[in-house]
Amino acid sequence: MLDVASLQVRYGAIEAVRGLDLSVGKGEIVALLGANGAGKSSTLAAISGLTPWAGDIRFNDQSLNGQSPEAITRAGIGLVPEGRRIFAGLTVAENLLLGGAVHASPAELRRRATQMQERFPILAERRQQKAGLMSGGEQQMLAIARALMAQPKLLLMDEPSLGLAPQVVEAVFDLIASLRDEGITILLVEQNVPMSLDIADHALVLAQGRISVRGTTAEVAQSDAVHGAYLGL
Amino acid sequence: MEIFIQQTINALSLGGIYALLALGLAVVFSIVRLINFAHGEVMTVTGYGIWFILLSGFPVGLAIAFGVVAAIAASMTMERVAFRQMRGADVTTLLITSFAVSQIIQVLFQSGISARPVAVILPDWLTDSIMIGSVRIGMVSILSIAVVIVSLILLRLILTRSVTGIAMRAAAEDFAVVRLMGISANRVIATSFAISGALAGIAAVLWVATRGSVDPLMGAIPVLKAFIATVVGGLGSLSGAVIGGFVLGIVEVYLQAFLPEAILPYRDAIALSIIVGILVLRPDGLLPAASTNRS
Repeated sequence: MLDVASLQVRYGAIEAVRGLDLSVGKGEIVALLGANGAGKSSTLAAISGLTPWAGDIRFNDQSLNGQSPEAITRAGIGLVPEGRRIFAGLTVAENLLLGGAVHASPAELRRRATQMQERFPILAERRQQKAGLMSGGEQQMLAIARALMAQPKLLLMDEPSLGLAPQVVEAVFDLIASLRDEGITILLVEQNVPMSLDIADHALVLAQGRISVRGTTAEVAQSDAVHGAYLGL
Repeated sequence: MEIFIQQTINALSLGGIYALLALGLAVVFSIVRLINFAHGEVMTVTGYGIWFILLSGFPVGLAIAFGVVAAIAASMTMERVAFRQMRGADVTTLLITSFAVSQIIQVLFQSGISARPVAVILPDWLTDSIMIGSVRIGMVSILSIAVVIVSLILLRLILTRSVTGIAMRAAAEDFAVVRLMGISANRVIATSFAISGALAGIAAVLWVATRGSVDPLMGAIPVLKAFIATVVGGLGSLSGAVIGGFVLGIVEVYLQAFLPEAILPYRDAIALSIIVGILVLRPDGLLPAASTNRS
């Protein structure tokens, strides 16, 4: 579904991603792991059109070269950004509305919003509340629900567990697994290596903009780099 | 007491015009971080539009409608021709671009029509005043207040009920994420310029009705006042722009009306001192914009 080849992302003199190759198959969760500054978020920013890049990115065999972020979203790629980036001054309902705005008729939007509120009851309770007043976990649920409103085929998730309480982190990972079970393909960027490896089908470890380890989650978990550095074993 | 009521109505009328202009600046600034000093020339376009249609013998209603539509068209053309090419540029570049656009339009009017003011002859009913009790109030003042109220209500409806309006509010917080919702950046920005143009057009109609003439530099002072109003209200805050506009209008009119004659020459200095005082006490303005995060 997603094929990335020789991806390079630069910020001035800094080369954040150096010739990265990755593929995500339909219905898979692929975990992109690594320390801060390894190039994980830059990879997602490139795929979603938020930052210039070199190399080749193909989604369902269509090149994303030169595509705007809005065109990439319309093509079926959704992003749950790092730090949630919900619209704090807008209500929960308005955040959801914007999530699906360009893809659906008003009636279809209402239907999808109702679905999201059934899935995330807290969003139904807080419907008319300013999103910025919700807790971090609730905001994360809203960020995911907002991305799902567009019914993406591929969901890019950037550190969805960052800064959340352990119980909420578990709920987030359960949710990610259930989304895969519903047929949504997921490219997951995370620093929570154990939980990511638990739910992912494949994993890649990035270090200094390059892939240092790749394989099935079992293979990656057994690799020296991950075994020592991330799993604390 | 009658004088106080009269002056209060004048203050609300002038403040309302400043509020519309300031709101127009703030709508664009909140999304593209541009202080559009060519906003004043959008007013000028409206003024000449009204003048031209009246001169051609058409009724005043048509002239006003034409003036506002011309303002919307002028504002959207500025965005398409000048500012879109500069998207993503730093604040200084955007500011210089807006000054350049402003100068070009001023010179075009000076060369193409006249550097001198041209009279805009409005119907008597618009320039008359009416007595309410023992208070004489100008029709333009009453109309200004009514038009400002209706405009603010309409703008609020657009910003809270339409998808594009909600997207504009969201874009003021985080434009990159709005694009990730699949919403066209061009559409959001063009709409913000259209709304900004409409507000400038409405303000210009009221301004021309008060002055009865149009000249190529007509918009220069009002846009400066609107800029002060947006800063006083809180740069980028829409509610702040409205509050700032009314504060400025009230300060100006009350000082003009109630300062002793000996101090009257210092009116502008006193008004600006009050503004500086407000900013010293509230450096981010009276109603600061919510903090934004941008990629």
